[in-house]
Amino acid sequence: MGQTITQKILARNAGRDRVAPGENIWIDVDTLMTHDVCGPPTIGIFKREFGEDAKVWDPDKLVILPDHYIFTEDPHARRNIDILRDFAAQHDLPHYYDVGTSRYKGVCHVALAEEGFNRPGTVLFGTDSHSCTSGAFGMFSTGVGNTDAALIMGTGKIWVKVPETLRFVFEGTLPPWLMAKDLILSVIGDVGFEGGTYCALEFDGQAVFDLSMEERMTLTNMAIEAGGKNGVIAADEKTFEHVRARTDRPFDPVWSDPDAAWLQERVYDVSNMEPVVAKPHRPDNRATVSEVAGTKLDRAYIGSCTGGKLEDFEAAAKILQGEEVRIDTFVVPASTEVTRQMHERTLNGKTLWQVFVDAGCKMGHASCGACLGGPIDTFGRTQGTEVVISTTNRNFPGRMGSKQSAVYLASPLTVAASAVQGTITDPRTVLA
Amino acid sequence: MDDIIQGKAYVLGDSIDTDQIIPAAHLVYSMTVPDERKQYGRYALSGLPTDQQGLPEGNLPFTPDDMFESEYRIVIAGSNFGCGSSREHAPFSLMVAGAKAVVAQSYARIFYRNAVDGGFIIPFESRLRLVDHIRTGDEIRIDVRAGLLTHVEAGEEWLLNPLGDIADILKAGNVFEYARQAGFMK
Repeated sequence: MGQTITQKILARNAGRDRVAPGENIWIDVDTLMTHDVCGPPTIGIFKREFGEDAKVWDPDKLVILPDHYIFTEDPHARRNIDILRDFAAQHDLPHYYDVGTSRYKGVCHVALAEEGFNRPGTVLFGTDSHSCTSGAFGMFSTGVGNTDAALIMGTGKIWVKVPETLRFVFEGTLPPWLMAKDLILSVIGDVGFEGGTYCALEFDGQAVFDLSMEERMTLTNMAIEAGGKNGVIAADEKTFEHVRARTDRPFDPVWSDPDAAWLQERVYDVSNMEPVVAKPHRPDNRATVSEVAGTKLDRAYIGSCTGGKLEDFEAAAKILQGEEVRIDTFVVPASTEVTRQMHERTLNGKTLWQVFVDAGCKMGHASCGACLGGPIDTFGRTQGTEVVISTTNRNFPGRMGSKQSAVYLASPLTVAASAVQGTITDPRTVLA
Repeated sequence: MDDIIQGKAYVLGDSIDTDQIIPAAHLVYSMTVPDERKQYGRYALSGLPTDQQGLPEGNLPFTPDDMFESEYRIVIAGSNFGCGSSREHAPFSLMVAGAKAVVAQSYARIFYRNAVDGGFIIPFESRLRLVDHIRTGDEIRIDVRAGLLTHVEAGEEWLLNPLGDIADILKAGNVFEYARQAGFMK
């Protein structure tokens, strides 16, 4: 019996030839990532367990990317960034990206890809559930809590249960009105909010390999919304090109064996799929856009690790150019690099940034923004009974701030089309 | 790990996510500085929609306004408890509020792991949907070793799923003690 990508990577980092689903194993970690929300408590536990003057197991493997509560006056949030800064100085950490400096990046999952920390065949743990995003690079990556992160920080090791794999195969050619967000919302709608619990979600098929790395990241990002432990896409030439342009570090990719065992396999023909949303208040509460078209909206939001990448804005700009939004529309680039590119890339002679400004959007700074609500003064945070359509990844009650607000999740194309109309709008009606 | 856990039950529905367990705005507080730490008890389960606060009636806050401790010791929930973010603040906030255990049909992976590795609360699994048999405020006793849950007043008993592999970590206290015993840490 063959092994999946996930099994092979875990086996290698456990120093074994093979591992079976269900086994609990100890593995070596190649990269540990943390941020301003979970970094300070992780550091606190690390010091408690290993000592005030204990050394990080390998400073070159620790990446600290403040990104959550950055543009806020909240004194506790600001104090938390001071804790990261002091810790980075104390340990002379090479991969700390400080707020208020030219090194500041923005959302960790996007920055990890930009800075070359995502490398095929490696193991990454992050103190953030969307750490599964990095699996788009043919690697094992998952989210953990502060305690597990502190254990890694001190030892470089962690225990994991080897997951079963669910395989999703996308065949056919993606029509221009569909994006990776439509595919993953369809998957989550099909398997359910907990349908992938404890499992690896592997995405395969020609339509997946036709996607850019950014779009692949949208697929793996939301593996957690089906309960998945990790999302993974095999590395190909596009992956190698992306990685080699950003790092000289070596990597050793692996691929699933043809006779690997899948717990379940689903095959989709993307040419027959439709734009979809997740209705409030669950990511698996799927409906086709045409089913909910006309729903009145108060606000649109384009941003986050899953919906604030350069290509997300390129897609939205195609619809927003020359138009004016009818509802408050918040634009929050995932990273400072995305912001920079939005000022450089042009569409019919205008920069992407200018397209959004001219359409009447409210422009924010690179960060997690209002994707998870955050402190009261967070840009774009809901404060009342707003009905929002958003490119983000979660729509739980209160997720974007107010418990009374309601959030629809959708692709950047659908969000842009809806922002122009003020109601949920099928992008096919404006992309014709 | 306590041998017996007894106290009032707080009953919830399915897929209680970590934003409902501890809303993101409160994650700014230190988990160690005592004056800040207690805020996690105050805001535990404060993200629940009011009609979902303590089933079946609802409108029963887990921690009363401006208090820092809950009167409930055992959370009873449906499936997929703790889904969503990786915030360890979620099981931590339940512990700070005074809860000792959660009994759910199933858990989201990271919440379950955080509860165990941090040694915050015991996440029991029940095959039966206890949400339909227990009301918020009912007195409940759990015999941890036997894996037996008793409704004190009614005298009804239900067997919980064995804790399995995680019992060793819970017995050790947290993952650090477990790692020391396993030889991965000095």
